[in-house]
Amino acid sequence: MSMFAAAAVAVLVSMVLALVRAFIGPTVFDRILAVNATGTLTVVLISVYGFLDGRPEFLDIALLYALINFIGTVAVTKYVKFEALGFPMDGPDDGDL
Amino acid sequence: MGEFNIFDGLSWAFILAGSFFSLVGALGIVRLPDIFSRMHGAGMIDTMGCWLILIGLMFQTDEWIIIVKQGLIAVFIAFTSPTTTFALCRAAIHGGIKSGPKQPPKKAKSKTEELPSSNS
Repeated sequence: MSMFAAAAVAVLVSMVLALVRAFIGPTVFDRILAVNATGTLTVVLISVYGFLDGRPEFLDIALLYALINFIGTVAVTKYVKFEALGFPMDGPDDGDL
Repeated sequence: MGEFNIFDGLSWAFILAGSFFSLVGALGIVRLPDIFSRMHGAGMIDTMGCWLILIGLMFQTDEWIIIVKQGLIAVFIAFTSPTTTFALCRAAIHGGIKSGPKQPPKKAKSKTEELPSSNS
């Protein structure tokens, strides 16, 4: 039982370290990277807490969080790279997603 | 706390290893010099840290559905983590981040040294 607490503490400490990089990060890409790492650590924290509490249904929440984290990170990366999520409509082509 | 069975020991070992790797990865994110080496730290967290802790949790349960869910999470993170890091790397290069060690500032080129015709 106490091993889950140890894992949760370790995950929390590494989450704080990743957030430190999110605050310091000179470029926006460091921030995206740090937020992505924090998201993965949240997935681990949710599943560890589920086992700590004896309710393994938390794994569904962790799986969903992993899915959303991936989509969010890719969307932000695309927004930063192209300054727009979709291509502008006024070009010769009609623009796609 | 009861007799020591093999499953507790195994999950202790895996969870400790996973926590160690996620800490190392987080430290790597903070201390590595530039964005491209920090991605190694983030990769360390995504793959080793997450996988080992999830495998450590697998020993704690006997319903197979929970093990399948943990496997799903681990496999999904194993697939998406390189994808996001790759997209971020391309965005960083597109954004003008120069990789490699910090070049020393180029000294001012005097007029006699460099003919304007030869493009450097």
